[in-house]
Amino acid sequence: MDLIFTILLDGLIYASWLFIVALGLTLVFGVLKILNFAHGGLYALGAYGAAIAVPFFAGLGMPEWFSLLAMFIAAAAVAILIAPLIERGLLRYFYGRDEVLILLITYAVFLILEDVTKMIFGVNPYYVFEPRNLLGNVEMGSLFYVGYDLALIGLAIVCGLGVWFGLNRTRIGKITLAVIKEPEVSQAMGVNIARIYLLAFGVGVFLAALGGAFTSPLISVQPGNSVSVIVVSFAVVIIGGLGSIPGAAIGALIVGIARAFAVYELPEAEIFIIYLVMVAVLIFRPEGLFTPIKARKI
Amino acid sequence: MNPILRTFGLAALGALVFIAIGLVVPAWFLFTMTKAVGFGLVALGLVGLLRGGLLSFGQGLYYCGGAYVSGLMANWAGVTDMIVLLSVGCIAGGLIAALVSPLVARYRGIFFAMLTMALSMVAYGVLTKIAAIGGSDGFNVPKPTLLGYHLAETGFGLYAIAVVIAALAAAVCRVHFDSGLGLIASAARENELRIEYLGASVFSVSTRSFILAGGLAGLGGTLNGVALGHVDPFFSYWTTSGEMVFIAILGGYASVTAVFGTALVTELVRSFSGQYFPESWQMLLGIFLLLVIVFLPRGVGSMWAKPAKNHAIRSIKEPAT
Repeated sequence: MDLIFTILLDGLIYASWLFIVALGLTLVFGVLKILNFAHGGLYALGAYGAAIAVPFFAGLGMPEWFSLLAMFIAAAAVAILIAPLIERGLLRYFYGRDEVLILLITYAVFLILEDVTKMIFGVNPYYVFEPRNLLGNVEMGSLFYVGYDLALIGLAIVCGLGVWFGLNRTRIGKITLAVIKEPEVSQAMGVNIARIYLLAFGVGVFLAALGGAFTSPLISVQPGNSVSVIVVSFAVVIIGGLGSIPGAAIGALIVGIARAFAVYELPEAEIFIIYLVMVAVLIFRPEGLFTPIKARKI
Repeated sequence: MNPILRTFGLAALGALVFIAIGLVVPAWFLFTMTKAVGFGLVALGLVGLLRGGLLSFGQGLYYCGGAYVSGLMANWAGVTDMIVLLSVGCIAGGLIAALVSPLVARYRGIFFAMLTMALSMVAYGVLTKIAAIGGSDGFNVPKPTLLGYHLAETGFGLYAIAVVIAALAAAVCRVHFDSGLGLIASAARENELRIEYLGASVFSVSTRSFILAGGLAGLGGTLNGVALGHVDPFFSYWTTSGEMVFIAILGGYASVTAVFGTALVTELVRSFSGQYFPESWQMLLGIFLLLVIVFLPRGVGSMWAKPAKNHAIRSIKEPAT
C-alpha cells in the first residue's frame, strides 16, 4: 500500500513539471500551429536564469522566500527577452507554410540556442539549493517528502487553471480562441493577429522557462538536458492530443505515473517506458486521446 | 540508349573519376571523403523519404543498427570482409526499419519526425545500458579486408569501396525515384487522398521508402563504423540524426548526388570549426540551416517552394481546447 502511494505521489510530482512544460508546447501548437522544437532550449534558459537570479537576489539582501519569486522573475525575463526575438524576428515569416518546414526552422533555432547558452553560461554545472530547502519537509504516512516538490503540484494546477481561465474567461482569451478557429475572419473583424500570436508564443516560452526554473533546484543545471525535455513533452502532448490542455494534463499524469512505476518496479525500463506508453496510445488512438476524429482533406 | 543503362554507366564513370582523384589527395582527405560517403548514404535515404513528404529525425537508429550489427559480426564471428559486412549492415538497417515501419508509416509531418526521433533515442538509451556490448563506450571494429586482402593503411582501399557503394546507391536511387513506385511517392507528397483514389497505397509506398532509407542508413553506419574503427551509442543520438537531416536538406531532393557533396562540405566545415570555433558547431549548423531555408528554398526542394497555404483552411484541422 505504501509503495502504491509512493509511486502515485512521485508520479504526480514528476507529472507536475511535465505538465507545465507540455502546456507551453501545446498552447503554442494550438494557436500558432507550430511544434516548437526550441521549447527544450527555452526550458534550459529558464533553468539557467533561475540559477543566476536566485543568488543575485539573495546577494541584494532579499529575504529567503524571495528566491521563489526570483524563479518567476527569471522565467518572465526569458519570455520577455526571447519570445519577441524568435516570434517577430523569424517565425512570423513562415506562418501557413508546411509544418515540417517550420519544425526544421525551430530545430535550427534550438541548435543555435544550445550553443549560445553554452557560450553565455559555460559548460560547468550550476546548483541552486535555496528554494528547495525553503519549504521544509512534510511527513506523509511513514515517508518524508520535500515540501518544495509537493508545492510543484500546486504550481502545475495553478498554471493549468491559469491558462484555462485566461483562454475561456477573459476578453483576450476569447479573442485567442477566435483566432485559433478562424484567423482570417478574426483579422477581418479587426483583431490584431500578430499581437495574439506574440502573446501566445510569449506565454508558451514563459511556461517552458518556468518549468526549467522550478526544476533547477532538483537537478544540476548543465548543457545537454534540453533535448530530452522536448522529446518527453512531445510524448506527453501527443498522448493527450496536440493542442488540448486537458489532454496535456492527462498525458502528463499517465507518463509521470508510468515513469514512477518503472523507477520502483522496473528500473531497466525507466528510460524508455515513456515512449512505450506513447506508442501504445498511438496504436489505438493515432491522433491522441483527446482529439476528435477529423475528416481528411482533399 | 536505355536510361537505366545510362544511369549506371554514368555512375561507373563517376566512380572511376573519384577513385582516380583518391590517388592524388592526402590521407586525411581520403578519410574525410570516406566518412562523407557514410553520411551521404544516410542522407540519400532521407532524400527518398523527403520525396514522399516524410522527414525522419531518427535515421541515427538505422545508421547505428547497421554499425552495431556489422561491428559485432566482425568482433564475434571474425568476419572482416567488407562485402559481407556491408551487406549485413544494409540488411540490418532495412530489417529494423521494416520492424518499425508498421508503426510510423501511418504518420506524416511532425508526428513522423518526432516518432522516429523518439525511437532513435530509445535505442540510444538502451545501448548505453547494455554492458556486454560496451555500454556508452561502444566497442572497436577490427581492420577490414576485401576478398582476403588487407586494405592499405592509407585508407585508399576503404575509400575506393566507399566510392563504388556511393555510385551504386546513387544509381539505384535514381532508377527507383524515376520508376513508377518512386513517382507515386512524389505524387503522395502533393496529395495522398488522390493517390489512394487512383488505386495506389500511400502506406505501402511510404513503407518502401522507409525500408530503403533504413537499408541505406545501415550501409552508411557500417562504412563509418569500419572507417572510424569504433562504434558507440552516439551513432543513434539525436544530434547524429539531425546532421543527416541537415545534409539532406542542404542537398535537396531533386538530385541523388548532391547529398554526397553537401556531406563532404559539412564534414570539412565540421573539422575546421572543431579547430577554430569549438563549442559552436551546432550553432553553425543552425545558422546554415536557416540561411538555406530562407535564401535557397529551391535548393531545399520544391516541396516547400510551393506558395504559402491559406492559414485559415489549415487551422480547421486543429480544434481549440
